[in-house]
Amino acid sequence: MSIGNEAELLLEFNDFGFMYNAQAAPTLYNIDLKLHRGERVLIAGPSGCGKSTLIHCINGLIPFSYKGQMTGSLKIKGRETSTLSIFDISNTVGTVLQDSDAQFVGMTVAEDIAFAPENDCVGDPMLHERVLKAATMVGIEDYLKHAPGELSGGQKQRVSVAGVMVDDVDILIFDEPLANLDPATGKQAIELIDEMQEKTGATVIIVEHRLEDVLHRYVDRVILMEKGRIISDTPPDELLSGELLSQCGIREPLYITALKYAGVSISRDMNPSSVDGMIIGDDAKKKVREWYSKPVEITEDAPSDELLSCESISFAYDKGERKALDGITVRINKGEMTAIVGTNGAGKSTFSKVVCGFETEDEGRIFLNGKDIADSSIKERAEHIGYVMQNPNQMISKVWIYDEVALGLRTRGVPEDEISVRVEKALKICGLWRMRKWPVSALSFGQKKRVTIASILVLDPEMIILDEPTAGQDYRHYTEIMEFLSELNRQGITVVMVTHDMHLMLEYAKRAIVFSKGRIIADDKCHNILTNMSIIKEASLKETSLYGLALKCGIEDGTGFVKHFIDYERHNIRGTRKEEAYDQSV
Amino acid sequence: MTNLFNYIDRPSPIHRLTGATKFVCLMLWSFAAMSTYDTRMLLGLTIISMILFLIGRIHIKDVSFMLGFTLVFLVINSIAIYLFSPLHGTKIYGSCTYLLEYTGRFAPTAEQLFYHFNYVLKYLATIPIVLLFVTTTNPSEFAASLNKIGVKYSIAYAVALALRYIPDIQRQYHEISQAGQARGIEMSKKATLISRLKSASGILIPLILSSMDRIEVISNAMELRGFGKKKKRTWYMGRPFKAADISAMLGCVLLVCLSLYLNHINGGRYYNPFI
Repeated sequence: MSIGNEAELLLEFNDFGFMYNAQAAPTLYNIDLKLHRGERVLIAGPSGCGKSTLIHCINGLIPFSYKGQMTGSLKIKGRETSTLSIFDISNTVGTVLQDSDAQFVGMTVAEDIAFAPENDCVGDPMLHERVLKAATMVGIEDYLKHAPGELSGGQKQRVSVAGVMVDDVDILIFDEPLANLDPATGKQAIELIDEMQEKTGATVIIVEHRLEDVLHRYVDRVILMEKGRIISDTPPDELLSGELLSQCGIREPLYITALKYAGVSISRDMNPSSVDGMIIGDDAKKKVREWYSKPVEITEDAPSDELLSCESISFAYDKGERKALDGITVRINKGEMTAIVGTNGAGKSTFSKVVCGFETEDEGRIFLNGKDIADSSIKERAEHIGYVMQNPNQMISKVWIYDEVALGLRTRGVPEDEISVRVEKALKICGLWRMRKWPVSALSFGQKKRVTIASILVLDPEMIILDEPTAGQDYRHYTEIMEFLSELNRQGITVVMVTHDMHLMLEYAKRAIVFSKGRIIADDKCHNILTNMSIIKEASLKETSLYGLALKCGIEDGTGFVKHFIDYERHNIRGTRKEEAYDQSV
Repeated sequence: MTNLFNYIDRPSPIHRLTGATKFVCLMLWSFAAMSTYDTRMLLGLTIISMILFLIGRIHIKDVSFMLGFTLVFLVINSIAIYLFSPLHGTKIYGSCTYLLEYTGRFAPTAEQLFYHFNYVLKYLATIPIVLLFVTTTNPSEFAASLNKIGVKYSIAYAVALALRYIPDIQRQYHEISQAGQARGIEMSKKATLISRLKSASGILIPLILSSMDRIEVISNAMELRGFGKKKKRTWYMGRPFKAADISAMLGCVLLVCLSLYLNHINGGRYYNPFI
């Protein structure tokens, strides 16, 4: 699609800047940006680059909820926003916020969709008609009476989209639409956005750092932001053929990475924005095949002793209800780094809870180092198996970092002098030693995460289970957290990660256990799982683009190609990246 | 998990009344039951309330937690009254009929037992109606009808949101307390009350912090979708008052009148069978 100059100009930034009242320096500088009707734009950039601030300026939350100083001009449909109220803006701009759970206002799907027209005093029967129309548009009309808790992640997002589509808005903003979705649902979300754009002809702005996933459907322009400025505004093909992405810490699509490893240089006329549509010349294909045939030296891990073993565990939250876990048998060995994957409600979290003793299994036995732990309390198990929640704010209860990390020892009556030794060790491992006298509130999200990990490590567990360790993190923070976990793993701690992130699986887990409907449907090396169509489908995963690249280059063994990619990265790339990330954190 | 405020969606005539009707009826009913000690009236109210409970298709197990809680409270209360004021009944009814040969301060009298009987009846006449209100009122519909009877819509919506978030917060509390227990924050019955209260703060702080995050998100979401734009708003779940609503409220008004009338002819709040 090409946007001619005749398309209506909807949004115009002119030398725009913004500074929050509470901050000393501006968050946005010299923003010049024009958006026309019907355009699809992706705004990408690392955390803190100002992309959220930018969209808050568009949808009116700035300056109505967040106060600060604006400079320059920002016009929506030709009207300066400083003359408009947030309600005027909401007639033109619809925003789907990041967390579809937290933004649910209504008790049921229908009420949530009805929220905006209710506030506009739309009466019946119009109100019911409009709700039904919007619900039908996103395909959620059979769930009108359901409560949010009864919906899957993808359905919740459809409701949020219907909630803004119910008004005829000209600009649709999606703030990190993929953040809480499993890979297959994320793919559907991008397809839904695409479909909505086609149906309404609205301008779509997607804010997201998962570039490859967004590029699943057509995007006109990618706007790259860094440190409060727009540093590039180009079609995706041009962006992918340059070097800007890696410079600002955005992950490039995996097939592009693989091509670069093979020595292929990417140019704009190859259409690199999707693996299917990409034009790869014979010369480049040959290079890829050559790269694939070059063996990588890999050290197979020696088999180690069993740490945790579960024998046919079954569990239901309410007697007579569907089993959340159904005959789970699995063993985890010492020193492993393993991913647990599956859709929401597949039993991943329940499994972790049963292992930690938060819930008690109805049937089956759990052995730790060969000993049945049925009689161990939550507190006793925690000395062997640490559990780190997804949101660090849910775990932190002390004001000072030192006290937070010491908490688990103090409640166990360990003498203060021993506590100080152990806390020091944990803080040093987590790269927090120089911050030991800081209040927790001064830390970033990633640092808080490390505080919660330190507060678990201080108890000297043999194994830690982490729930979505990198959710909502940009590529740099993701790498920082994951390299830190790998380092812990190298020091002998068994790491189990519950995750939706396929990159995490590919890059850091040696093995993946796939849950579906309370059962384990696969337990294998990651490259085997991510190339097995039936497992991918059942567990709501997504085929990796590396597989597509392999087929395109005439390599029949796609699984082998993925394995080669992982081995190559681990052998040649990872070590250097690790040192960089660790230098920054210590 | 037990939810304190748990709307249970079952088709029944009680469910079909609007939330405001049920709220007004609850207030009138409680006033009628609280203003009199007339045994005949209280017995009547108790029987009607139980019938209404059945009509509302709510089962005992749906409300077992709250029911148990109030009954325990009732028993403690009764015992306390007896201990502190064993001659209260004698004073009220102006006679003293000892039931046993023993005649000390704590000797059981027919008057005291009758007073207790009435006291318990008061509870029994009200509890089912309160439970019925809580379980048959859809929070959003309640908000809509509160708004209709003149409560500002921002307040009405706040009530609905609070009711909606109670299960969420309960779930979060549960999760946070599990993680806390893993670190040794003792919340089980083994610990003393003082140490449990102390540990509770270790769970409340993260709970409050994560709730604050959510409040910011939800208030942004509401503003972005025009909440507060106009002086009025419409309600998807709103229902017009019907004949049943009017008659239910009229019925409750009659009960209040009856209760006041009985107080008048009894010459006080008590019905005295001992004269």
